[in-house]
Amino acid sequence: MTPASFAPQDLRFAPTHEWVHVSAEAGAKVATVGVSAFAVAALTDLVYIELPAVGRTVKAGESFGEIESVKAVSDLYSPVSGEIVAVNDDVANHLERLSEDAYGRGWLIKIRLSDEKELAALLDHAAYEKQCAEEAH
Amino acid sequence: MTGSLARTPLYDWHQAHGGRLVDFAGWEMPVSYSSIVAEHTATRTAVGLFDISHMGRLQLTGADAETALERIVTRRIAGLATGQVVYSLVTNDAGGILDDILVYKLADASGSPYFLVVVNASNRDKIVAWFEKQLTAEKQSNPRLDVAMVDRTPEWGMIAVQGPKALELVRPFLSVDPSALRYYHAAEARIGGPPGIVSRTGYTGEDGVELIVGASGLYALWETLLMQGRALGALPAGLGCRDTLRLEAAMPLYGHELNEQINPFQAGLSFAVDLEKQFPGRDALVAAKANTDRPVRIGLVLDGKRVPREGFDILESAAAREVASAAAVGQVTSGTFSPTLERPIAMGYVDRAVAAPGTTLAIDIRGRAEPATVVKLPFYRRTERKQA
Repeated sequence: MTPASFAPQDLRFAPTHEWVHVSAEAGAKVATVGVSAFAVAALTDLVYIELPAVGRTVKAGESFGEIESVKAVSDLYSPVSGEIVAVNDDVANHLERLSEDAYGRGWLIKIRLSDEKELAALLDHAAYEKQCAEEAH
Repeated sequence: MTGSLARTPLYDWHQAHGGRLVDFAGWEMPVSYSSIVAEHTATRTAVGLFDISHMGRLQLTGADAETALERIVTRRIAGLATGQVVYSLVTNDAGGILDDILVYKLADASGSPYFLVVVNASNRDKIVAWFEKQLTAEKQSNPRLDVAMVDRTPEWGMIAVQGPKALELVRPFLSVDPSALRYYHAAEARIGGPPGIVSRTGYTGEDGVELIVGASGLYALWETLLMQGRALGALPAGLGCRDTLRLEAAMPLYGHELNEQINPFQAGLSFAVDLEKQFPGRDALVAAKANTDRPVRIGLVLDGKRVPREGFDILESAAAREVASAAAVGQVTSGTFSPTLERPIAMGYVDRAVAAPGTTLAIDIRGRAEPATVVKLPFYRRTERKQA
């Protein structure tokens, strides 16, 4: 479904550690959303992920699911607004996809964008890496 | 925050080997080095090495140390044989739990008996003050009482070596045969050269030992054991898996299952209280034993995958999907995803009426009632196997 992994440099990131890749699909802008490799490494020992149903509408900043590790649970926040048009059900049964391929087979949902301008608020890879470096301390 | 945290003699090692350091009871301690599940599994199947130098180590010496200690702790100390270790509680005058401890009866090189009391890091200051208060009171009624207490925590380090291959790993480094040391027994021994204390104890539900040596010798001992342990599948293990291991073994953790508002009978620790002797809180506990109104400690296993955490409400019935309409019958005190059972598990306190194993309850996990079944504790019990 999603062939090769995205290069992190081609992604935009939310400060809450979700990534976004935007492409044009059937005339609409569709965002593929996942959780960053940094966040997956920080969570470690993932045990469960809960993802929404296709068809739900989310707003930027709204929780669309949760990811649970042995130690703690974290909400997953949508970096953009729109309708969820695809969900990666495969990842729920194969949490290792997240650690092995966070920017590829570990994708979580696809959202048909309702407001492209929201993308401008997201971080580029360099800015996101800077944030992670700060959080690591 | 970081500036004021205490560090164990292995701090540099933890730093250099990917330890994720957190503040634990005022100590900068590793949660894990690789992953909690990997370290947990290594401990269950091979051997895990834990830096537990943060635990408090108090030494009581003097001809009357036994008499003095007997009047402070809930368990009978008088008549212990040298080399015995007992799990005991320290209770306040109201019978609330101040700490759960291990009391070691040992003898020094000249044969003089002494006691070592290992206390929780989070309670060390409180227990040192409480012991001092009790000892002072005892000395007031008997000025000739011969007992002295020294807090050895900073000058001694402590490593737990736990798992089915633990004895095999430590044997070559000890001047005593660990297999000859029975469970909950201890001895002074040479540990890789320097003198120390070895005990057949632990907090993981596995067989193993805990080793105490002078702080300056701890680093070398740790590295040696890890290097030798590599062929056995040993891993350095952090507090993250120490928690999942003890939770599977249903061992209470102070601050979670135990606190000053909980009495030992609620906690299922009546075995650790001897009401035939005197200690602070004894009279209150005689009354508490007859009182069945207070919630009791139970274990819960969940059907789903969402993980219960400390403080979550335990609800009456899973049938009531609507959390708001279900009555709370208790609270979770510890919860995790059990790496061994591969299911979420929890301990908590509930009303006695719903505490029987097999009872179906639910846990309010962030607004949704998740079905949970009361089970007999522990969640995990190791199969007895003779160590090589």
